[in-house]
Amino acid sequence: MTATLPPETTAQTGWTAVCRYTDLQPERGVAALVGDQQIAVFRLFDGSLHAVGHRDPVSGAHVIARGLVGTRGDAPTVASPMYKQVFDLRTGVCLDAPDDSAVRLPVHPVRLRDGWVEIGSGG
Amino acid sequence: MSTPAPRQLVVVGGGMVAHRLVEALVDRGGVADGGWQVTVLAEEPRAPYDRVALTSYFSGRDPQDLALGDPALWDTPGVQLRRGEQVTEVDRAARVVRTAGGREHGYDALVLATGSSPFVPPVEGKDLPGCFVYRTIDDVAALRQYVTEVDTRRKDGAHPRPVTGAVVGGGLLGLEAAGALTALGVQTHVVEFAPRLMPLQVDEGGGEALQRLVGALGVQVHAGTATAKLTAGRDGRVARMHAAEGSAAGLTHLDVDVVVFAAGVRPRDELARASELPVGPRGGVVVDPSCRTEDPAVWAIGEVACLDGRTWGLVAPGYTMAEIVADQLLGGAAEFPGADLSTKLKLLGVDVASFGDAFGTSPGALSVVYGDPVAGVYKKLVLSDDARTLLGGILVGDASAYAGLRPLVGRELGGDPAAWLLPEGAEGGPASAELPDDAAVCSCNNVTAGSIRDAVRCDGCADLGAVKACTKAGTSCGSCLPLVKKLVTTELAAAGVSVSSALCEHFDVSRAQLFDVVRVTGITSFSELVDRHGRGRGCDICKPVVASILASLDSRHVLDGERATLQDTNDHVMANIQKDGTYSVVPRIPGGEVTPEGLIAIGEVARDFGLYTKITGGQRIDLFGARMELLPAIWERLVAAGFESGHAYGKSLRTVKSCVGSTWCRYGVQDSVALAIALELRYRGLRSPHKIKLGVSGCARECAEARGKDVGVIATDNGWNLYVGGNGGFTPRHAKLLAEDLDTETLVRTIDRFLVYYVRTADRLQRTAPWLEEIEGGLDHVRAVVLEDSLGIAADLDAAMADHVEGYTDEWRATLEDPEKLRRFASFVNAPDSPDPSLSYVVERGQPRPSTAAERTAGEATGAVLVAGPRLEVFSR
Repeated sequence: MTATLPPETTAQTGWTAVCRYTDLQPERGVAALVGDQQIAVFRLFDGSLHAVGHRDPVSGAHVIARGLVGTRGDAPTVASPMYKQVFDLRTGVCLDAPDDSAVRLPVHPVRLRDGWVEIGSGG
Repeated sequence: MSTPAPRQLVVVGGGMVAHRLVEALVDRGGVADGGWQVTVLAEEPRAPYDRVALTSYFSGRDPQDLALGDPALWDTPGVQLRRGEQVTEVDRAARVVRTAGGREHGYDALVLATGSSPFVPPVEGKDLPGCFVYRTIDDVAALRQYVTEVDTRRKDGAHPRPVTGAVVGGGLLGLEAAGALTALGVQTHVVEFAPRLMPLQVDEGGGEALQRLVGALGVQVHAGTATAKLTAGRDGRVARMHAAEGSAAGLTHLDVDVVVFAAGVRPRDELARASELPVGPRGGVVVDPSCRTEDPAVWAIGEVACLDGRTWGLVAPGYTMAEIVADQLLGGAAEFPGADLSTKLKLLGVDVASFGDAFGTSPGALSVVYGDPVAGVYKKLVLSDDARTLLGGILVGDASAYAGLRPLVGRELGGDPAAWLLPEGAEGGPASAELPDDAAVCSCNNVTAGSIRDAVRCDGCADLGAVKACTKAGTSCGSCLPLVKKLVTTELAAAGVSVSSALCEHFDVSRAQLFDVVRVTGITSFSELVDRHGRGRGCDICKPVVASILASLDSRHVLDGERATLQDTNDHVMANIQKDGTYSVVPRIPGGEVTPEGLIAIGEVARDFGLYTKITGGQRIDLFGARMELLPAIWERLVAAGFESGHAYGKSLRTVKSCVGSTWCRYGVQDSVALAIALELRYRGLRSPHKIKLGVSGCARECAEARGKDVGVIATDNGWNLYVGGNGGFTPRHAKLLAEDLDTETLVRTIDRFLVYYVRTADRLQRTAPWLEEIEGGLDHVRAVVLEDSLGIAADLDAAMADHVEGYTDEWRATLEDPEKLRRFASFVNAPDSPDPSLSYVVERGQPRPSTAAERTAGEATGAVLVAGPRLEVFSR
């Protein structure tokens, strides 16, 4: 998939457009490369967007975007495809080990602008 | 300095009771390391086996299925099992036993566990060819062979007629033997001297019900009949059984081809007699309540022991004696507490149970009887004179209440006793929660309700299997299993452990129930299903389950629409994820047969894409290190070379392993490769609760290891034997025989039904072995469903498999043809062909492998680590 990127660049705005919103299938993640960071981007069933680190803190492999998306209680989740730890997509907290700060995904700002999905550089 | 020599324990006899003794000693840490050095001298050429289940050897099991406990017991250091070694003399003065082979074994302690031999009444002609006893695997094998021979001669002869057999003895053993003969297709007569069947266990009413039920199965019962003599035909084999004068119904003779003596047993006490140990008036080595004979160095246990003035012909008291001697040998003081002679059996498919004071001989005993001649049921409870306390009972035709009733013997029954006897009351009975802790639940292994509760409460057993392993409850005859299960469930619930069969927080039902919901409602999407029958948006447990169920019911592609969001990453990219996030690729090689061109094509793909290559256990080739974005290019090459998806990533059929079979092998009796290929092509792509593996062996040498597979097929001279429920992996299991000598068409139809029934009813991630264990009725039930259509669903199962075969397409080929599906294989949504920059490899034995963290650190310093991306890109197109 080779999307034509919009004119604004990362340096100007602090936001990087990675794909069209319609490129994303609800409840199936994609990986995006922003600078040298690998980021997992999800569009949920309710239409909301979430971006977390693509690296699975348990295995060290970059696979989080390929995990199954679902819910636990009210929390939208992704399960690592490697060893199946479940993470809260809103906070990056591992719901199977909420107190373990080593097992946690970084959360990245994400927004929808003019049909484009953009990842923020802060976070 | 040397440590003191270990004490020598010699066990004479290698039956079930000897097995239990050794098991108990090992369990208690009493063997080797300063404990006992144990030598078991077994007359039979095999390890101890489950003699109680001997008849099942006929109804389709083979000898290995009769194995007792963990076979590794005999590999325990300090334990030696010497098979085929018959002891001929006990020299008590020298403390030595001598064997037929001239060997001597010295002992510090000797245990006689020689069991019994069948009693053959001293009638004329009892040794004619065609006369058998019924005690060992060899007896049973000889009988089976003889019947087959006669049957074959008959079929080839001018006047074909069925083989006819007579069983002398209508007790427990006799009916077992009759069941065995019937299973061989023999027209069977049972001749019993007493006026009814099973005179020791059931009363007149029970005997009548039993006779009716057994008669309905084609077995002719001649009660009140004595055998006078046997005479031979012209070929010198037994041909006629003559009844004694005055036999019931004026029977004079029966023309028979085979006779089985099952008229009781006699203790094998000849060694004791010869060494001048006291024996009982009716045989058996006299022992005290600690099972010790007059000689303090000699014990006797099991059927050979005469304790309390009698011998004990059931396995449960034998096990108790074994435990007592183990305790004594380790310095304990256990004594025989008396035995429970309750029995529950399925004879010829008829339930018979007898427990406690079955005949109501206690003073003032009252009986409550329920009889239904139409349904073929007779039930009797014996109660104390105030009708409150249960003393015993007899159940014929329906013994489902046995497990609940037997532990209550000697206790107040509570409520209306009749409730136990009515058909609807049978299963329920009073709640098992009310069972006192000291009530024996498993009488074979003497396990109380309390020990089962402890296993859950204190030992952390979380399911029936764990409790069985921990307490041994239900591991012998299995009749108490429903009660054990109930106790475990109640206890788990009390401990706050959820025993709900709910799949996950999104669905309250089990996988099998969900399957039915989808099948009946015709729902085809996860969203609709979770909306109408669940809650939330699913998870990594229910989504793949629903994906699998949907795949079983239609043949849409795994990546079609919403269905793509349900797939675990393996199914999503149709490859197997590895530790570094790359995948492995396995093209299908049906039956393990591959052309040189095919091998070259796979080799070229592996070389060009820099993949690590390994041969799998399923006779195919696994290519590792494929990055997600390269999978379509790899498969383009493989599909062009004629390969298709091997579904190594799916909970689905993996492989059908085969040996080379009769086309090349000098021992092969059938073309195992051709069958394996046909089966693999038939079932390829079949989605299931867990992975399924098949195997086909071309002869009994079993080089394809088919009995380690979910479905194993082994060629015979007459067709194929079909085994099911085998497993390698974490809990290895040998597959069990489902059917014998099937022609190819019947074989395939039977496997079709077995697989669809499994797919529909198994739990999530439940392989066939535990499924067979947990499904109500077990293997017998499944056999009845697939072979006799006992549930009336065979046509439906056949149709489901026909749909599968019809609807199969290669997932990879279909993916390559659809640009929408190919979009999923982008490594990054904004850089679709860039490799994951974190991947790095080193070369080992001429092939790449993921680098370790240490190598990565060192590599960054020296530049020695091979980073995958740039190098592999060169070859990708």
